[in-house]
Amino acid sequence: MERPMSASGAPEWMTAEHSMGTSIMAVAFDGGVVLGADSRTTTGTYIANRVSDKITPMTDSIFCCRSGSAADTQAISDYVRYYLDMHVVEMGTPPLVKTAARLFRELCYSNKTQLMAGMICAGWDSAKGGQVRQVFCVPIGGSLVEQPFAIGGSGSTYIYGYCDAHYKEGMTKEECQAFVKNAVALAMSRDGSSGGVIRMVTVDKDGTDRTCFGGEQVPSF
Amino acid sequence: MTSIGTGYDLSTTTYSPDGRVFQIEYAQKAIENSGTAIGVSCKDGVVMAVEKVVVSKMLVPGTMRRAHLVDHHSGVVISGLISDGRQLATRARDECSSYKSVYDSPIPGHVLAERLANFAHVYTLYAYVRPFGCAALLGAHDDINGYQLYLVEPSGVSYRYFGAAVGKGKQAAKTALEKLDFKTLTCREAVKELAKIIVDVHDETKDKLYELEMCWVCEESKNKSQLVPQDLVDEARKAAEAAQDDDSDMDDDE
Repeated sequence: MERPMSASGAPEWMTAEHSMGTSIMAVAFDGGVVLGADSRTTTGTYIANRVSDKITPMTDSIFCCRSGSAADTQAISDYVRYYLDMHVVEMGTPPLVKTAARLFRELCYSNKTQLMAGMICAGWDSAKGGQVRQVFCVPIGGSLVEQPFAIGGSGSTYIYGYCDAHYKEGMTKEECQAFVKNAVALAMSRDGSSGGVIRMVTVDKDGTDRTCFGGEQVPSF
Repeated sequence: MTSIGTGYDLSTTTYSPDGRVFQIEYAQKAIENSGTAIGVSCKDGVVMAVEKVVVSKMLVPGTMRRAHLVDHHSGVVISGLISDGRQLATRARDECSSYKSVYDSPIPGHVLAERLANFAHVYTLYAYVRPFGCAALLGAHDDINGYQLYLVEPSGVSYRYFGAAVGKGKQAAKTALEKLDFKTLTCREAVKELAKIIVDVHDETKDKLYELEMCWVCEESKNKSQLVPQDLVDEARKAAEAAQDDDSDMDDDE
């Protein structure tokens, strides 16, 4: 059988870039957010990591979901974390989710020709009593969109319909968690570049809660 | 001035034997020769006022302002060399817009004050520049810290105040400010009080003509920085001058 080869003649899985053909999403509920992601990282068709963590902490209560090139998105989130830390020192107060999202946009837009990165930035901050919607999407070109919920990555294309049909205004934390779990499971089952376990992070004023659903725990339909 | 002729006052890069930097103190002297600027942070806002001594009768009113708006939520008034002050105001504007473009929210007062102070401080470190010959009163509002008044000095310090005064009449103005109750004072009242203080400390014998410039950030202006409407300023000034005349009449009677 013909195997995909790179120009140098080496097999593709040795030379291709690590990328996250991904299913990521974030949903806001009153007073917090739920972020979800699959855990597959591929080099071409080879699964380089089946338990990767695509939900990256920016501060104690701000997280981002990464999709696209693993190297690019790791570098971007490192930079944003660095800038946020400097910002905290200057301000003396925890940063706003909006501020973090803006920094993502700044980096993604100004380096758009060199990057392959689609990010979702979400979290909790105390602005306006902590009740403001806090999900921001920074897709590939570097635009910044605030949304009640956001989905991203290659797997997301399969679940637009599901999400539109099942997202309800004013869902509770538990409803949001179930929504995220089901949506990511559906995306993982259809998308060849998504898979592994479902990682989920819930952020609200009381802190963060990280969970993982693997094997039998992944919903099947 | 014991420092003159000793050679320790020629540069900011030289300390005097007792640890002073005379060039900075001379810069402060430049402010003490200038029209008085005062500000208060009160119940529902910040109000700042400045006495702009008019150099010529033919000057068009409103030119060469000493009160500058630097962003939607902040403004500065300048005491000291007017052109140095404009440089500081321009820098403040740049800081406001750059902060906003990076963080997508208005620059908080304490950050702006610190950045302005840092800017001024750099001019005290090198022999080839001179320190700023001006001080800036900075009024600002943000959601977290509310209304704030800062004073940025040529030495590079900035303190937050309830009431601050700089310039020619600062001693008398400070004494008058200390009598105000900042917790209950409203901005409308503060406009009158500040006008009264400026009118009182104004030295009629030295500078006959002056303009009164005022700016505020308050509930009434929807937390936006704004030059106080001219009719309000005129009214306050007129009332203050009338009160002063009454006082001096009474003094004559005695």
